[in-house]
Amino acid sequence: MRRLSRHAAKILVVLLLSGFLGATLVRFAPGFRVDEQELDTRLSHASIQAIRQSQGRDSGLVAFYFVYLARLLRGDLGSSRTLQQPVRQLLAERFPETLKSVGLGLALGWTLGLALAVAAVMWRSCGIDLFASLLAGTVLCLPAAVLALLFVIAHAPGRLVLGVIVFPKVFRYAHSLLEHSASLPHVLTARAKGVGDFRVLLWHILPVAGPQLLALAGVSVSMAFAAAIPVEALCDLPGIGQLAWKAALGRDLELLVSLTMVVTMLTLLANSVTDLLHHSPQEGEA
Amino acid sequence: MKWICRAAIGFLVLLLGACLLSEFVAPASYAHQFRDLPDAPPSRQHLLGTDDLGRDRLSRLLYGTRVSLLLAPAAALLSSLLAALIGGIAGFAGGWLERCAMAATDLFLSLPWLFLLITVRALLPLNVSPLASVAITFALLGSLGWAAAARVICANTRSLCASDFVLLARASGNGGGRLFWRHVLPNLKPVLGAQFWISIPVFILTEANLGILGLGVAEPLPSWGSLLRELESFSAFSVHLWQFIPVVLLVVTVSCFHLAMQKQELSS
Repeated sequence: MRRLSRHAAKILVVLLLSGFLGATLVRFAPGFRVDEQELDTRLSHASIQAIRQSQGRDSGLVAFYFVYLARLLRGDLGSSRTLQQPVRQLLAERFPETLKSVGLGLALGWTLGLALAVAAVMWRSCGIDLFASLLAGTVLCLPAAVLALLFVIAHAPGRLVLGVIVFPKVFRYAHSLLEHSASLPHVLTARAKGVGDFRVLLWHILPVAGPQLLALAGVSVSMAFAAAIPVEALCDLPGIGQLAWKAALGRDLELLVSLTMVVTMLTLLANSVTDLLHHSPQEGEA
Repeated sequence: MKWICRAAIGFLVLLLGACLLSEFVAPASYAHQFRDLPDAPPSRQHLLGTDDLGRDRLSRLLYGTRVSLLLAPAAALLSSLLAALIGGIAGFAGGWLERCAMAATDLFLSLPWLFLLITVRALLPLNVSPLASVAITFALLGSLGWAAAARVICANTRSLCASDFVLLARASGNGGGRLFWRHVLPNLKPVLGAQFWISIPVFILTEANLGILGLGVAEPLPSWGSLLRELESFSAFSVHLWQFIPVVLLVVTVSCFHLAMQKQELSS
């Protein structure tokens, strides 16, 4: 319970700080809340001042931050300057698409990476090891955007790119972890006593490597969300990655900051969940 | 294994040499247009053909490689220096300073790297001169990529501060600044070197991602990102396989950096 509250407090502090950074970026961005109405020559100086005050443009950074924070707490994420729509609505429309891509990518990357790592370690086959290492090494040397372009050229489903991006990191980490666990004395004894490969893996290797693999699971969520920007932009998938790219090209900072905060929150949540899962068996034993 | 590492370093040196001498090696300037030869296939005059604006692909590849290969290490140097400064001082001073620095590091690590990068890039002008866009892109990479390295350096500084030789130096009357400068910092060199080498391929790949998305180095100055952008116009009906040469070169170069890092690890 104490760990849970500590994680919740950490997420809150990071969100407050990133909110402050976001508010600072929005407040000092060039052309912050410039209104066309101000160009109307019929308006008096007092009217223009009234418009500026109504938008909070003359307020200082701290005051602006509290207004921004109060708005966030009410669930108002502002509105997109380029798309002329509320950010909340844009998120609601596009978030499921990204979740689908990220979910599929993580499932594919983990299945492929873990399966090849297990096969290379359990069968001790040089062929599998070499093939998987070369594949992972090559993919690691390619930018996510190039992988996305190659998928577009090959007319392959764009959603699979995220899986290909996650795979090499999972394979490399899982391979070295499983290899280390497989060389531990108790595993060698189990093998010497004639315990089958599947049982050795399930009862002796995975329980040792499991907690660290869980930590990688949290990191891979953040990796997949970051890779979603080039993948969705180039494969024309209407998710938040594509939205972030459009916002960057249109210098729509309010939208970009909101997207960054949402993804930060998700990343922190994923890391906290994996951390809690990692520690819960140990606390149970204690 | 050692010979592969040596071959990788040899390739990198060769490539760097070719890039530095691109004024003499390249058949034309990167911006020169052969207007009567747009999208030409490889020939004796243009070994890799020309792009859709009639510019020599080999020249653009050499100049683009120079931009990426010289500025990614510069960005890595900047991020390593920032990491040394922030992580080193935090680990050396300890207490509330270390907690604040590590909280800032946590914050940076929690923010998704590419989201943060494009947010800050969007804050800066997008329609700038090519040279300014190069400086902005790599300065951003360097100034935002220090967090993970700072955490490693802070942990190393902390363990160095608890070591016997630092204790002895302190007991001999060495003050804080001298202790840090003469005893702690020289011992951080291997970690800083490793962080520097790790950052180079990361920055090369990130620049390529930004370039393909149109948020990196501006035209007509080439970089790997802008060269790879050409793949967007690739058509399966008119297969121009030579368009993939920048991809192959990028993969080989980044692989060589990974292999060179292994050599560093072996030697340390």
